[in-house]
Amino acid sequence: MAKITYHTHDNKTHTVDVQKGLTVMEGAIQNDIPGIDADCGGGMACATCHVYVKEEWLNKLPAKEDGEEDMLDMAFEPKNNSRLSCQLIVSDELDGLEVNIPSKQG
Amino acid sequence: MNKTDVLIIGAGPTGLFCAHQLGIIGLSCEIVDNLDKAGGQCIELYPDKPIYDIPAVPECTGEELTNNLLKQIKPFNIKFHLNERVEELKKNKNRWHVKTSAGIEFDVAAIVIAGGVGSFEPRKFSVKECEKFEGNSLFYSIKDKSIFKDKTISIFGGGDSALDWAIELSNNSKVNLIHRRDGFSGAEASVQKVKELNEQGKLNLYTKFQMDSVLGDKNIEKVKIKHDEGEIKEIKSDYVLGFFGLIMQLGPILDWGLNINKKTVEVNTENFETNVQGIFAIGDICSYPGKLKLILSGFHEGALAARGCFKYAKPDEKLRFEFTTTSKAAQERLGIKK
Repeated sequence: MAKITYHTHDNKTHTVDVQKGLTVMEGAIQNDIPGIDADCGGGMACATCHVYVKEEWLNKLPAKEDGEEDMLDMAFEPKNNSRLSCQLIVSDELDGLEVNIPSKQG
Repeated sequence: MNKTDVLIIGAGPTGLFCAHQLGIIGLSCEIVDNLDKAGGQCIELYPDKPIYDIPAVPECTGEELTNNLLKQIKPFNIKFHLNERVEELKKNKNRWHVKTSAGIEFDVAAIVIAGGVGSFEPRKFSVKECEKFEGNSLFYSIKDKSIFKDKTISIFGGGDSALDWAIELSNNSKVNLIHRRDGFSGAEASVQKVKELNEQGKLNLYTKFQMDSVLGDKNIEKVKIKHDEGEIKEIKSDYVLGFFGLIMQLGPILDWGLNINKKTVEVNTENFETNVQGIFAIGDICSYPGKLKLILSGFHEGALAARGCFKYAKPDEKLRFEFTTTSKAAQERLGIKK
């Protein structure tokens, strides 16, 4: 288990234990954290699990694959700290990760 | 009025295979889809990406899968209504009266919703004022390119649509292409072409910029764009075009009295009927305990839903289970000559 903190757009903070091996997207869906749609189910084929990663975590995350940056072009208000949460696999290294969920996904 | 046994909403793989299953058991159907072609997510999201989990097909692309399904349903001469969205449903005695966005009407015995994750709509700018200009000087698709002649156009996006239109419109218009990063997702040849045009001064490329605001009274006059580092530029624009791909919206389905759970429609697993008699849901849009969002699951759901439609379409007949290998009736429907 790793602790992941999701800051939702209504200024609420949800810290949950997510099983290692699941993605940050799945952690949100399983815990009913609002704001992540994940329309394509984790296939990097949409951009509706878009999150902003807290700056200090940016360098600790695995690098983006080509397709992720392409999909982020489609995201709602992408920024430099944007990631697709379906591409972030929870591990010991990510224990304590904090992400902000945008106001909407599309 | 189009009279047919079943109306299928959605021309993705699940809807297409359901049409095949309806055809095999002797029911007629027509298909409505919001996109301009069949294939659904397979065509819209990943036409070139290989799929590895279609039974007995080790590898095929979304496009190949779609083409094969279209070939498989060819004997049934199914009528497609593309670029149409189903808007209204009304129960009329034992049948359904359906109306689409363009006013096409159907009289059907049953409805199969194979709508994937909803209908595809263009993804829009997040800047609020953009709504005011939409359809007049701000567009998400181009219907008549002649209106752009000798005008200044600011195009936002980094995919093929943005690049192709930037290149095309730069012939007769002053084009600004604005994209949020240096990399592009469009074809490499188009990226090179855009860079060349930029160097020749035939197009202005702004990378690492995003829209900040649009200014104008009735029509757009200027757009403000903001660099990653904070710098704001103001550029004159008569028109703004945004190409950010498509997003899926459940749309009018929400108003049909179906049990909806997290953007999906609840069904039983016996015949994939919803809580409303005569309306079935299959593929990614349906949910039930154990649901897997796989194409193969959609095929299974479509086969059972087709049989579920039978009692509504032919209430006085009994459906007999048959194999296509041996059923004369099925083979006749498939147009097989022996």
